[in-house]
Amino acid sequence: MSDAGRLSFHVPAPAVRPGGTPDFSDVKIPPAGEVRRPEVDVAAEEIRDLAYSIIRVLNRAGEAIGPWAGRLSKDELLEGLRHMMTLRAFDARMLMAQRQGKTSFYMQHMGEEAVSCAFRKALAPGDMNFPTYRQAGLLIAGGYPMAKMMAQIYSNELDPLKGRQLPIMYSSREHGFFSISGNLATQFVQAVGWAMASAMKRDTKIAAGWIGDGSTAESDFHAALVFASTYKAPVVLNIVNNQWAISTFQGIARGGSGTFAARGLGFGMPALRVDGNDYLAVHAVAKWAVERARRNLGPTLIEYVTYRVGAHSTSDDPTAYRPKTESDAWPLGDPVLRLKQHLIRLGVWSEERHKQAEAEILATVIETQREAEAHGTLHSGPHPSARDMFEGVYEAMPPHLRRQRQQAGV
Amino acid sequence: MVEAIRDAMDVSMQRDENVVVFGEDVGYFGGVFRCTQGLQQKFGTSRCFDTPISELGIVGVAVGMAAYGLRPCVEIQFADYMYPGYDQIVSEVARLRYRSNGEFTAPLVVRMPTGGGIFGGQTHSQSPEALFVHVAGLKTVVPSNPYDAKGLLIAAIEDNDPVIFLEPKRLYNGPFDGHHDRPVTPWSRHAQGEVPDGHYTVPLGKAAIRREGAAVTVLAYGTMVFVAEAAAAETGIDAEVIDLRTLLPYDLETIVASVQKTGRCVIVHEATLTGGYGAELAALVQEHCFYSLEAPIARVTGWDTPYPHAQEWDYFPGPARVGRALKAVMEA
Ligand SMILES: Cc1ncc(C[n+]2csc(CCOP(=O)(O)OP(=O)(O)O)c2C)c(N)n1
Ligand SMILES: [Mg+2]
Repeated sequence: MSDAGRLSFHVPAPAVRPGGTPDFSDVKIPPAGEVRRPEVDVAAEEIRDLAYSIIRVLNRAGEAIGPWAGRLSKDELLEGLRHMMTLRAFDARMLMAQRQGKTSFYMQHMGEEAVSCAFRKALAPGDMNFPTYRQAGLLIAGGYPMAKMMAQIYSNELDPLKGRQLPIMYSSREHGFFSISGNLATQFVQAVGWAMASAMKRDTKIAAGWIGDGSTAESDFHAALVFASTYKAPVVLNIVNNQWAISTFQGIARGGSGTFAARGLGFGMPALRVDGNDYLAVHAVAKWAVERARRNLGPTLIEYVTYRVGAHSTSDDPTAYRPKTESDAWPLGDPVLRLKQHLIRLGVWSEERHKQAEAEILATVIETQREAEAHGTLHSGPHPSARDMFEGVYEAMPPHLRRQRQQAGV
Repeated sequence: MVEAIRDAMDVSMQRDENVVVFGEDVGYFGGVFRCTQGLQQKFGTSRCFDTPISELGIVGVAVGMAAYGLRPCVEIQFADYMYPGYDQIVSEVARLRYRSNGEFTAPLVVRMPTGGGIFGGQTHSQSPEALFVHVAGLKTVVPSNPYDAKGLLIAAIEDNDPVIFLEPKRLYNGPFDGHHDRPVTPWSRHAQGEVPDGHYTVPLGKAAIRREGAAVTVLAYGTMVFVAEAAAAETGIDAEVIDLRTLLPYDLETIVASVQKTGRCVIVHEATLTGGYGAELAALVQEHCFYSLEAPIARVTGWDTPYPHAQEWDYFPGPARVGRALKAVMEA
């Protein structure tokens, strides 16, 4: 044996497990307003430190401060609050509908509403998102009809996807929302391809790729970075670090990389980390990256630091692997409450108006739901037919499939 | 069946310290279907651990570990998610013995939940067994009950060749005959739900006759074994239901003996029809039993479409469809 001694096997573990006291002391959070805002044409190597910090705008008192602040009007902020509240109410109702057996499955956004809602407002018409299953805010803030989302969730007769897809796996080309795949990470590299096409055609549109912290381990993530970097694709690559991948804490995917954003450094890509629970910070950073892409300056990697407050999905029970109160200890707070506090501070909002808005939004969601349910839910009422199952596999149905459809008697 | 599978790994890990278990959510949590629950607590994080979400990584490191001398038994969370690891399986796992002339081998097991029946849509329902059977160098196993699952998994872990172990997820909590509107019966009320303690094996490559009969042979595996039994009971046709258990190497002797006796054959699987494992079975039966056949061989399978969400029961080859096929071959 050499004097190096024997090897040992390293497996990262989270700071706390059920029964323990939640502890986020390892999440280093700089004060709001502290991180500088470089010009969009900055060289990636000059802002390597931004991959290790956290860009924040809203401070504890609800003030918007620092170089990333001041980019949204009061009306835009009020609209942002409404979008996040709508997404939250939508999630609550759909979760309940799943529990009532009206659909098979649901995934919620609790705690992550700011990320997709604010990002959507930084895009222009014609831009394309390649989302995961946790970015429904892109649709809500993009004006996609909630009734259609519900029809998809219920697989009812108005489901634009004809009952073929698992609930929440939406698709809308018109709203810049690429068809969601259940296979993790595949969309990340596709976003790069879409952006390359836009550049090849000398178009003005850009793409946005989305991925979760856990899914960055897939090869698709690394392929996306290398292609984006090689071809300087006009794409914004978004990592939503909500700390968990089902039961697996983010340290398993992150490994020895200090942050997820830092993954971009080896590819020579500007990489920024942002407070994902701060609507203003998310929007400001998204705008910066979108502008870079639009000005043909190439890709940007963004890590949104946030927290998955709810269960992974309706099939999951997080109390088995993390402390029950962990979300209360999350140091970046709640995105809805933080924006509300800011608007109150600006003098354009109040507790009463918030309560009233909450009630109005809920009433709208419930009314939409009532209408959607009149067109059927997964196990009752009108629904897509067995015929629909055979359609759309190919552009024109080949003879063997036609024969099978006949056999099925539909 | 979940307990039986866990028990197989537990027993194997106790007997051989080279057996290691890993995959996504497999360690602390014990797997999304709970098949590895308690193994990390019992054997420590060096023997059972969580991995990054990379199926390529999971299979790839398993090859390296196997080359070192370990016996990895890895989990892919759903068979639908094995594709990123498929290159490692096809180009590496399957051919390592051949290309190194036995200098390096890959005695590993890749477990994955397979099949539908849980409203999982196209990415939680697939049955990709044909993609493994088609690859020279792999063994492919599909258990249909807890007793077999434990015995086959232990045999797979002890086998010196790589084994793909497909677990029909609809059977995890009880037998399922396709009557989705009836209450679920737990395994505790089923004969094969009884699982002995400790070590035993069910040999790879041996089929089991689940129901003896004289009129027609039904070749099935996994969930479809129960569907076939139900179809036989409901049509009153004296079918012999064979549970293949191992798709490769297959038990040709049992298949041929049965078809030569009955003169008729119906093949049932949940996977899509075209290029499916049923095609291989039909060819084998034709090659070996041609002069005993009194009717064309029939196949009842999933349709050649992606697995739909809402139309799950239109897609799933249930007892009514299997029953119609039984009647048709009897009348032919
Ligand atoms: C290729 C692939 N492997 C595994 C899965 C199963 N799976 C679904 S979600 C998930 C965790 C994803 O975590 P993360 O990327 O952090 O996203 P989050 O759910 O936190 O938004 C896993 C392992 C899958 N859908 N696809
Ligand atoms: Mg995550």
